[in-house]
Amino acid sequence: MSLLIQSIVNGLNQGAVYALVALGYTMVYGIIRMINFAHGDFIMVGSYTLFYTVPLMVLAGMPAWMAVILAIIVCIGVGIAVEQIAYKPVRGAGSMTALITALAMSLLLENLALVLFGANPKSVPAIFNLPMIEFLGAKIQSKYLITLAIGVIMMLALQVFIKKTRIGKAMRAVPQDKQAATLSGIKVDRIITLTFAIGSGLAGVAALMYCSTYPRATTEMGTMLGLKAFIAAVLGGIGIIPGAMIGGLIVGLLEIFIKVYIAPGWYEAITYMILIVVLLVKPTGLLGKNIGEKV
Amino acid sequence: MPKARKIDYIINLAGVIVLFFLLMFIFDTELLGRVRSYIQGIVIIAMISIVMVCSLNLITGFMGEFSLGHAGFMSIGAYSSAVVTMALENAGIILPDLLLFLIAIVIGGIITALMGVLVGIPALRLRGDYLAIVTIAFAEIIRVAFTNFQITGGGKTLSGIPKLSDYHYVYVITAISVCVMYMYVRSRFGRCVRAIREDYIAASASGINVTYYKVMTFTVSAFFAGVSGAMYAHYITSLIPTKFSFNYSAEFLTMVILGGTGSLTGSVVGAAVLSALPEALRSFQAYRMLIYSVVLVLVMIFKPSGLFGSYEFSLPGVLRTLTGRKKGGAKDE
Repeated sequence: MSLLIQSIVNGLNQGAVYALVALGYTMVYGIIRMINFAHGDFIMVGSYTLFYTVPLMVLAGMPAWMAVILAIIVCIGVGIAVEQIAYKPVRGAGSMTALITALAMSLLLENLALVLFGANPKSVPAIFNLPMIEFLGAKIQSKYLITLAIGVIMMLALQVFIKKTRIGKAMRAVPQDKQAATLSGIKVDRIITLTFAIGSGLAGVAALMYCSTYPRATTEMGTMLGLKAFIAAVLGGIGIIPGAMIGGLIVGLLEIFIKVYIAPGWYEAITYMILIVVLLVKPTGLLGKNIGEKV
Repeated sequence: MPKARKIDYIINLAGVIVLFFLLMFIFDTELLGRVRSYIQGIVIIAMISIVMVCSLNLITGFMGEFSLGHAGFMSIGAYSSAVVTMALENAGIILPDLLLFLIAIVIGGIITALMGVLVGIPALRLRGDYLAIVTIAFAEIIRVAFTNFQITGGGKTLSGIPKLSDYHYVYVITAISVCVMYMYVRSRFGRCVRAIREDYIAASASGINVTYYKVMTFTVSAFFAGVSGAMYAHYITSLIPTKFSFNYSAEFLTMVILGGTGSLTGSVVGAAVLSALPEALRSFQAYRMLIYSVVLVLVMIFKPSGLFGSYEFSLPGVLRTLTGRKKGGAKDE
């Protein structure tokens, strides 16, 4: 029983991290229909920022989690830079070019980090020092509950932002019809940059959540994290914000349960199988609607 | 067959043979002295990469789709051929090296091609971004499987594979592979595949069975990736699943794109240069992938078709130009 509860909490924690990363994917994909392969690497950037800023925060006598503000700022900076330097010039060139560029940016960030920080993993200092909670005989880390709460809050805030504000409305208008959006006075370039800024900022938060569970920053941490988050986004329906959350939680729970109960060595393979099955059976995801293709 | 084309074939064959004797002249004489085996190693790895990159270009360049998991196919070829040759050796069956090498190549190619069909039929229902992601997913599943199977070392290094990839054999297999892939691209199949790349709806409307040709190309590509993997396994002689990761696939993709999507010449040059360059400049090793990625971004921004675009080198064409009897031009496409 206690193992079950512990697995559920671990799964939700893992899922909340995936969900936060998936939110970033979904935001960008929803607006410009492009898989931002470098998104996972933004989290790597955030984690390295935390590695350097958490001790500074502790020295300055502030709570360690305040370092996330700096991480968010750095991530937004990197996100906007990537968008302006690499993605903007190839925006009109088709999906193949965009995909290769995104892949190249991901490789670039990873290898830049390798040159700057070296190949050895850096261990991020403890961010939350919170007690364990006893619940039905299971020991639960209270920081896991914080992760989950932050994930849900972020998702709700984003949903409100997209649905209720003027900028959110503009963001929804851009993918529907770029030219019509321009004609009605929406600055498309600025909206896209803003989307990247929000997506990268979310990556900064995700870095905090990830590092509080796995306090290690490595240069290639972003690739697999990004891929699993992408699976989560596709599972929930890419471009749909609550879908990213649901997808993330499902992937996280499944992964932990397979690891604990079924086949520890195979859990990654099973996650990828889920992706393949979802894409083949219902490519629009759990919450997606089928849209016919125009010739 | 027109007489002119017959002559072209003979010229090409002569070119391949001349290059072979040139390699033999370099490696079998004392020309290079002590660095001989080192240079020979670089050339063998470059030739293995050439087969791999050309096979990837069939999908990326000619079919216009993405395979980001090609290293997965390479690992299937490597592991399956290694398991077979090691089993033959352990069973005490002594075969001549050439025969064993051919068995390895054929086994590696065929098993990978079968896997290509199995992966291709479901995956190729998707296009673009989704297909790219699914190919990564398949490659990761393959990697996890090799980590868990006992027969492939169970996560540890599989070592003791016989060293069969002599440069003579590798050269011949590489030449044949590139030639077959070139013929495939120029054949009726290749034209259909390129029609699908340009506009799959129009192609489908003109009676081309889109799925059939896509799976077919995917399978041919997987076959040669497997051949390349088999040669790799019998050169390196030890395998570890983590080698065939996403980054390895990305490296091959870089070679394809820099060389030129839609040009096998570009793939050959890209693979040869990019796999030999880091060996030539050891101090450059740490910055290799960094520079590749910067160059990749620049190529995407300024010349998305890659360095060679769709240009194909043709020896008879060059000879004609040199002798001043140029007709039509050297461009094949």
